[in-house]
Amino acid sequence: MDFSQSFADQLKACSEYPLYAQAVETLQTNITRRCNLSCRHCHVEASPARTEEMSRQDMEACLRAAAHPEIKTLDITGGAPETHPRLVWFLREAALMKKRVLVRSNAAILLEKQYQHFLDIYAESGAEVVVSLPNLNHDRTDRMRGPDVFGKIIVALGELNSRGYGKKGSGLVLDLVHNPVGAYLPGSQEVLEREYRNRLRRDFGIEFNRLYCLINFPVGRYLDFLRGSGNLEEYFRLLKESFNSAAVGSVMCRTTLSVAPDGRLFDCDFNQVLDLSLSGQTPVHIRDFDYAKLSRRQIVVRGHCYSCTAGAGSSCQGVLQK
Amino acid sequence: MSQLYYETKDLQDFSNIGEFAHEQGKKFFDYYTSSTSSGKLTEREKALIALAVATVRHCPYCIDAYTNKCLSLGVGNDEMMEAIHVGAAMVAGDTLAHATQMRKIVKQKEM
Repeated sequence: MDFSQSFADQLKACSEYPLYAQAVETLQTNITRRCNLSCRHCHVEASPARTEEMSRQDMEACLRAAAHPEIKTLDITGGAPETHPRLVWFLREAALMKKRVLVRSNAAILLEKQYQHFLDIYAESGAEVVVSLPNLNHDRTDRMRGPDVFGKIIVALGELNSRGYGKKGSGLVLDLVHNPVGAYLPGSQEVLEREYRNRLRRDFGIEFNRLYCLINFPVGRYLDFLRGSGNLEEYFRLLKESFNSAAVGSVMCRTTLSVAPDGRLFDCDFNQVLDLSLSGQTPVHIRDFDYAKLSRRQIVVRGHCYSCTAGAGSSCQGVLQK
Repeated sequence: MSQLYYETKDLQDFSNIGEFAHEQGKKFFDYYTSSTSSGKLTEREKALIALAVATVRHCPYCIDAYTNKCLSLGVGNDEMMEAIHVGAAMVAGDTLAHATQMRKIVKQKEM
């Protein structure tokens, strides 16, 4: 089945095709493909062997773009952002803008000697920290992220808590991300958040602010897993069956712009990995950022977009419908 | 017509079981939704009960549906297996409890 055509047809059926951006409220900057981990669900296929990273010139262009008054959030991701040699400078410059700045960290890296200082730098800059903790089950998380990673994340979360992250009144936000460890969709974000809160508090004394449930995209290593395990067709069927037209209005790409390590612009992180360039006459590089054009660009959609519209919807900020 | 009695894709037909009897079908789904949604018991606890019943009742559709439901709610494999053991123990206990009938008859009949 052609899932790309099928997704376009679904949008047509709810009068949302072509799909257009409504604004650029979040600039998501993928500053490096390098990572200390090689997680099995990683759609950008980050690993210690990757070398791509954003140049200083393009990071400056990101900061200039993020200064636009309509942009509310600078989202820093990778790879492991900590491995980028200019992250400290980038964070400090970003903090001067007095906007919401968040860093997506695998947390395990914060225990490595050369990156431990980020625990304090994050707290000093006031950046929100978003940590991927796919499952409360030790074995499941380690199967997805690597041996002993669960334990390292727990220790790192404790370190972040001790600096005020996730604690009431501190102003330091610590959010967690849940991903299915296999070929199924996440359950209720509300139910999972309650379970995470109760068990992390009871078993480890850990506090956090919010849990985001993310649907895994059939892209990158996760696509390899689906193919290798014979789950690909069934997973796409599941995504398609779970299509929720009510989620279309708030899909992430309508308010987010994604920047690749080479400075090129995409509708989302997933289009970035699939090298699906922006359509039409919009600027294609962060150095040519033009808010007016980019904020009403036509979104490039394909079969993987079903992941954002399944069930309650999915985004880098969790479900679309609460 | 398919040659198989049970097919995976039949699970997708579950929402259509009200066909030919819409009123009863609607009443069933209202009841089903109400019973399996969170109440005094959490959605997680109810998913585990449903999984145990599904295995006891040997329903391949329900086992598929509720294994996935448990996975989606982060239920551990060990927790799922514990729930199934409750079902298995209940079946064993239920079987052995019926030995009472056999024992009563034997005692009544034997010299």
